[in-house]
Amino acid sequence: MRFFQIIKNTKNNLSLNKTRTFLTMLGIIIGVAAVIAIVSVGAGAQELLLAQVKAMGSNLIGILPGASDDKGPPAAVFGIEVTTLKYDDALEIRKLPDIVAICAYVTGRGTVGYFNQNKELNYTGVLPEYLTVEDTAVAKGRFIKQEDNDNMARNAVLGSKAASDIFGQENPLEKQIKINQITFKVVGVMTERGASGLQNQDEQVFIPLKIAQKIMLGIDHVAFIRAKVDKEANIEPSIGRVKDLLRFRHRIKDASKDDFSVRSTAQALDILGSITQALKMFLAAVAAISLVVGGIGIMNIMFVTVSERTGEIGLRKAVGAKRKDILLQFLVESAVMTSFGGLIGVALGLLISAAIALGVNYFGYDWKLIVAPLSIFWAVFMAAGVGLVFGLWPANRASLMSPMEALRKQ
Amino acid sequence: MLIKLENIAKDYTDEGVRTTALRGITLTVEESEFVAIMGASGSGKSTLMHIIGFLDKKTSGRYFFDGENENDFDDAKLAQIRNQKIGFVFQAYNLLTRTSVLDNVLLPTIYTPHLDAKAADKKARQILEKLRLSHRVDHQPNQLSGGEQQRAAIARALINDPRLILADEPTGNLDSRSGQEVMETLQDLNEEGHTIVMVTHEKYVAECARRIITLKDGEMISDQKVLVRHVAKDGLIK
Repeated sequence: MRFFQIIKNTKNNLSLNKTRTFLTMLGIIIGVAAVIAIVSVGAGAQELLLAQVKAMGSNLIGILPGASDDKGPPAAVFGIEVTTLKYDDALEIRKLPDIVAICAYVTGRGTVGYFNQNKELNYTGVLPEYLTVEDTAVAKGRFIKQEDNDNMARNAVLGSKAASDIFGQENPLEKQIKINQITFKVVGVMTERGASGLQNQDEQVFIPLKIAQKIMLGIDHVAFIRAKVDKEANIEPSIGRVKDLLRFRHRIKDASKDDFSVRSTAQALDILGSITQALKMFLAAVAAISLVVGGIGIMNIMFVTVSERTGEIGLRKAVGAKRKDILLQFLVESAVMTSFGGLIGVALGLLISAAIALGVNYFGYDWKLIVAPLSIFWAVFMAAGVGLVFGLWPANRASLMSPMEALRKQ
Repeated sequence: MLIKLENIAKDYTDEGVRTTALRGITLTVEESEFVAIMGASGSGKSTLMHIIGFLDKKTSGRYFFDGENENDFDDAKLAQIRNQKIGFVFQAYNLLTRTSVLDNVLLPTIYTPHLDAKAADKKARQILEKLRLSHRVDHQPNQLSGGEQQRAAIARALINDPRLILADEPTGNLDSRSGQEVMETLQDLNEEGHTIVMVTHEKYVAECARRIITLKDGEMISDQKVLVRHVAKDGLIK
């Protein structure tokens, strides 16, 4: 059999039964596309989470309520509310050497209204030094001042997107808004920070910490505290001093009984890195399972196809096909189907990954489209391997029968 | 002497049950003969033809084809003989579906080494013309009548100029009109010198041949010349 004959034959055989060919390829397409898309989503999510921590800025110390060891995340990460951290703790930490700014946070969600405009937004109770700690600035007006906090002034600063969502082209300064039915005066608008991380900072409303605690939430603890240290070399000593201070203030004698945890951004990145790595591994396992399922699909259709074509194999042998001619025919057919299916699968996988990235970005997150070349390789390699093996195996069985036996199977 | 069978026997083992299909068949077929093998179903006539055509293997005995001993043939040699020396015509035609008549006729040439594709194409068209199928060259089998399909299958059998044409119940799936056409074609080919061995269970079909061999329970019970031969061209076989 000459080369062009094989190609012509393969083309004929595959186009003869388009449904069968398509179904065979579908297993490969779905398997490959699923693996590429899932791995891409895992990598994108990891990048997104890490970017959030990086976006917090450098030289930061985070103080969280509740104890945790050095490797694992604190309880607050799992949504458990711990009330051990207070506003006064923040004020005392601010007095430590090398600390240049401090901000304590409480957060909540509420309906922000202006005339008949209503919007569900997150509000954050903060301290004036928020700007230094988070490395940001106001675009219009001013930020929350210490007097606002001390006097419980109902002043609010809007994130850039929150401002444009509620006020449109109108100037928001000096306007009255309602947050959960409580009237606030808009005193400033933040600069655009660009969406990064899970909470879009541009969609926040900032109010004085004490107002948020006493009037909005009715609590007297804070969710967390961030302190900015003057230079990197002072981070470690500062962490030690913060811990000593808090143990003294909370009357803790044994370090293992800490009701708080203190970390630098670098440590937080490490922890988040290991969490997201686990997430990625989990997704890779899901991808591997879908590859196995896809492989079984390919296997089934190949088995059915070849069984169906046993009569054809018998006829071909009766008119002079050798065993190797039969094997070559099925090898080339499987190879063409798996490579086309693989290519379509890769294209589809990339398309799905891109669509997910586009969709997530539409909601304001900075989701990066990451496609691991290795995932493409493995997906195609596995699918093609399964396709070839299970295309050839039944064909080999059929080719070993006598022509008569094969013909009778028709 | 084209075919020489000596004491051919064939046993099947199907799911542990052993059946004997042939018990010691001895016969010879000369070149240009037209032999019909008759017998009731289960008599072993199809098995005998499959062994003659190298579609199946004998259990014991000796088989000489064109002077060569079948025991000396390996798989590649068997494939080559099926390809170049034997043409098969099956009861169910066995044409490839959704494949043009021309490509069906050319099917054996795919497996012929050193073949001139253009010459084969030309030859296929000539054979189809001779079998009055010129207008069907590019049609697919399901667009053809049964008789036309069987003649297309005969064209396929002829493409490599075989030494022997084997026909397994060639009229079995056809009405008498189409059956007559097919028998006419086979008789014409025999007149031209082709050797034909045909299996049938119908007496009037067998009487189109020149010699009838009758099998019963795997044994040959008669081997006779046809005295009053049907000529399919002269009218319907009845």
